[in-house]
Amino acid sequence: MSKVRVLVGTRKGAFVLTSDGKRERWDVSGPHFAGWEIYHVKGSPADPNRIYASQTSGWFGQIIQRSDDGGKTWIQPGTPPGEQKAAQQGPPKGESNKFVYNSSPENGGRPLTTHQWYDGTQHPWEFKRVWHLEPSLADPDTVYAGVEDAALFRSTNGGQNWEEIAGLRGHGTGPRWQPGAGGMCLHTIVLDPSNAKRMFIAISAAGSFRTDDGGKTWRPINRGLKSQYLPDPAAEIGHCVHRIAAHKSRPNVLFMQKHWDVMRSDDGGDSWREVSGNLPSDFGFVVDVHAHEPETIYVVPIKSDSEHFPPEGKLRVYRSRTGGNEWEALTKGLPQSDCYVNVLRDAMAIDSLDACGVYFGTTGGQVYASRDAGNNWAPIVRDLPAVYSVEVQTLP
Amino acid sequence: MIRVVLPPHLRTLAHVGMEVSIEVQGAITQRSILDALESCYPMLRGTIRDHDTQQRRPFLRFFACGEDWSLESPDHPLPQAIAQGSEPFLVIGAIAGG
Repeated sequence: MSKVRVLVGTRKGAFVLTSDGKRERWDVSGPHFAGWEIYHVKGSPADPNRIYASQTSGWFGQIIQRSDDGGKTWIQPGTPPGEQKAAQQGPPKGESNKFVYNSSPENGGRPLTTHQWYDGTQHPWEFKRVWHLEPSLADPDTVYAGVEDAALFRSTNGGQNWEEIAGLRGHGTGPRWQPGAGGMCLHTIVLDPSNAKRMFIAISAAGSFRTDDGGKTWRPINRGLKSQYLPDPAAEIGHCVHRIAAHKSRPNVLFMQKHWDVMRSDDGGDSWREVSGNLPSDFGFVVDVHAHEPETIYVVPIKSDSEHFPPEGKLRVYRSRTGGNEWEALTKGLPQSDCYVNVLRDAMAIDSLDACGVYFGTTGGQVYASRDAGNNWAPIVRDLPAVYSVEVQTLP
Repeated sequence: MIRVVLPPHLRTLAHVGMEVSIEVQGAITQRSILDALESCYPMLRGTIRDHDTQQRRPFLRFFACGEDWSLESPDHPLPQAIAQGSEPFLVIGAIAGG
């Protein structure tokens, strides 16, 4: 029988939730890395036992953790635990935490050392943390990292070493990128399963970008986005994109939850149109796609950018079966009064069982699951630290 | 041997207790102690000093013999009591956050 493994990153550690294919009873393990902020935990599609985690701290910086046994044990890649005294021998260790921007002209076209600060002045790029880890679809040792200040890194040796894909920062618009309230972070990485050289990424608050040549060159893909907080609402860059999702069978069709507006592209991001339709609020963070129905999508409306909680205190997932515009509220099992949590951008995931399971976590520490594609919901856990990210693995 | 006291999260990361003893070659300075510490416990690289710039992380401070050495030159010799191992070199995390 199939199993599912839900990987949860929280403000104070990581948790692994497992169940059989019925998804009725759950085992909870954790906290792993207790006390640390875990921005993201994600498994490799090529080897489900390989899981990467971003462990971070305002005190101690960035740590990359890796599990090779499905989350039971963890290592810092290239640095076995407990190693001591003999550390001088062999290749350098402790490099898995090293994220250094590459401003070499050979790698980015031209050196790039500053971006726009809140006050409009130029500000140096400063690495702060890894927001998102996206393992390769084919190779368990290859993984991408989206970081703050916004840049894209890649490791091809299981997280032991990281190299910036400098063409993104260097393509020309970088000096005009600016941080949002949460920092200037590259938080979304979507890999095209039909084309290994194509990748979509999103940055707050710069917008979305695409490469068609494996990361060498990039271009903004924000035509059709309108952001009223920009001097030119239809500017080429500067949009606060919160999340992009695509169905694996249709990588040209992208769905976006923007700061305000739910958007759709049918041409790989070349153009976007709004599909917010009858949502009670088109502000939000998450967006995801049904595992088997490419036109069925999910969002969680949030009241506004200054009131990060559900409208009317009712926690509702909205589902569209028409690829947007027409939305239905999914409420069974979710609190419909006095609920003032948020659902952050990486905190929704969908398994590939039939019917597919939908999972999301809240800043109140609940992880909700639906095992019937959203019709009914129940909490797996209620009292975790604030949930930053939720991913799910469907296991044989 | 030089004694170094680590904050709790770094003890967990390095799989050690509150205090470690390390061998340090040459002059006993903040830099030489931290270099030796990171050599013995490479999982700590980047956690006390920035991986790239080698600057002390802002929420950490270094104490020796009851005095804050955080703003001193990293190459300034530390007190004899540290060099002799009678007093530990302290890496202290700021009390902040939730």
